[in-house]
Amino acid sequence: MEITSISNGIIIDHIRAGSGLKVLDYLNIDTERGSVAVVMNVRSSKHGKKDIIKLENYENVDVNVLGLVDHNATVIYIKDEKIVKKIKLTLPEKVTNVLKCKNPRCITSSETVPHVFHLADKAGKYRCEYCDSAP
Amino acid sequence: MNLQGKHLIAPHDLTMAETDGLFALAEKIIAAPEDYADVCRGKLLATLFYEPSTRTRLSFEAAMLRLGGRVIGFSEPQSSSAAKGESLADTIRSIACYADIAVMRHPKEGAAFVAAQNSEIPLINAGDGGHFHPTQTLTDLLTIRHEKRRLDGLTVGLCGDLKFGRTVHSLICAFARYTGVKFVLISPDELRVPEYVCAEMHDYSEVRDLADALPELDVLYMTRVQRERFFNEEDYIRLKDSYILDAAKLKNAKSDLMILHPLPRVNEIATDVDDDPRAFYFRQMKFGMYVRMALLAALLGKA
Repeated sequence: MEITSISNGIIIDHIRAGSGLKVLDYLNIDTERGSVAVVMNVRSSKHGKKDIIKLENYENVDVNVLGLVDHNATVIYIKDEKIVKKIKLTLPEKVTNVLKCKNPRCITSSETVPHVFHLADKAGKYRCEYCDSAP
Repeated sequence: MNLQGKHLIAPHDLTMAETDGLFALAEKIIAAPEDYADVCRGKLLATLFYEPSTRTRLSFEAAMLRLGGRVIGFSEPQSSSAAKGESLADTIRSIACYADIAVMRHPKEGAAFVAAQNSEIPLINAGDGGHFHPTQTLTDLLTIRHEKRRLDGLTVGLCGDLKFGRTVHSLICAFARYTGVKFVLISPDELRVPEYVCAEMHDYSEVRDLADALPELDVLYMTRVQRERFFNEEDYIRLKDSYILDAAKLKNAKSDLMILHPLPRVNEIATDVDDDPRAFYFRQMKFGMYVRMALLAALLGKA
């Protein structure tokens, strides 16, 4: 299967196979602004299989949250068909309105407030800002 | 120590130096309460109790009155605009227009944090669900410090409902910062300390038997099973009598053991323990008022 390259935009590579649609969902982008391709189960020498997302004509996309879904993914920025920046994702220190607190005793269950989680340790545990529960 | 304008929501909102500063101030107040009888004159405390309270609310009110200040507030949500569906954020914005400092108890975990985010006046968490109760911790630590003259190097047993016990969570988080403190957590499997509290301790063990754990303890912190936090009454009934401390069990305990309880007690400490010199749970309450006097004065910049 052939996927054409993009001239300007963002490529998210090395996404764990099967997670591409979830990653796209977390990006929360306006899909009408440019061309979006989610390529699934691409052969990879490193991982066996991987997913790739190509976002043509997108610049300012908040990719920090992606570390939460798949911190092994790589984000590549393309300008005039050249790679201008490549970043490895890490677990974000803080995520807002991405995870939801499931603790029925948490204030988020009754008050209209953003759902905020903080990274609690290097293993990737997150805790609710309000009640300290895990998501 | 400069705590003017700060909120106290969680135990780690105070540094160890600030906590020790509050204890030192509380000891000065204990020694000469008349010197502090007017330090908060002209100041108004709002007490916002969305959940029942006897000791905490009255001790805050007594503390403010003994500092020369005055008190307004409500003691049940039905008598506030919460009954009309007003958000917590809007309520605290209103209160901040009237009072100089507020103390709040709420059944939801994190409620005090939300209130503080919307409060222009210092806000004190007097209990947010089963999460934290930092002023009970100040009470507990001051009681121990006053009696033992130290907080380092103690073996502290916590017994009962360690899952929903907000006083337990706060006490562990604050106590774990002192050197050489060892925790013995005594609870049924269903009521173990939550993971986020365990992460604060350097040295702890979890056991099921109170009698076995007693001989090594310097402090025993008993708690009641928190009926109001259970969604299922059957679970509460099954667990409520898990631990009962009585005079017979205390025979193997140290002679200088301190038995504390945040109160109210249900049946987890038999009344035959009340006259034992190691029972501190009634004396503890007076320390609660003094440390709350110190806290109110400090947050109002009057210390």
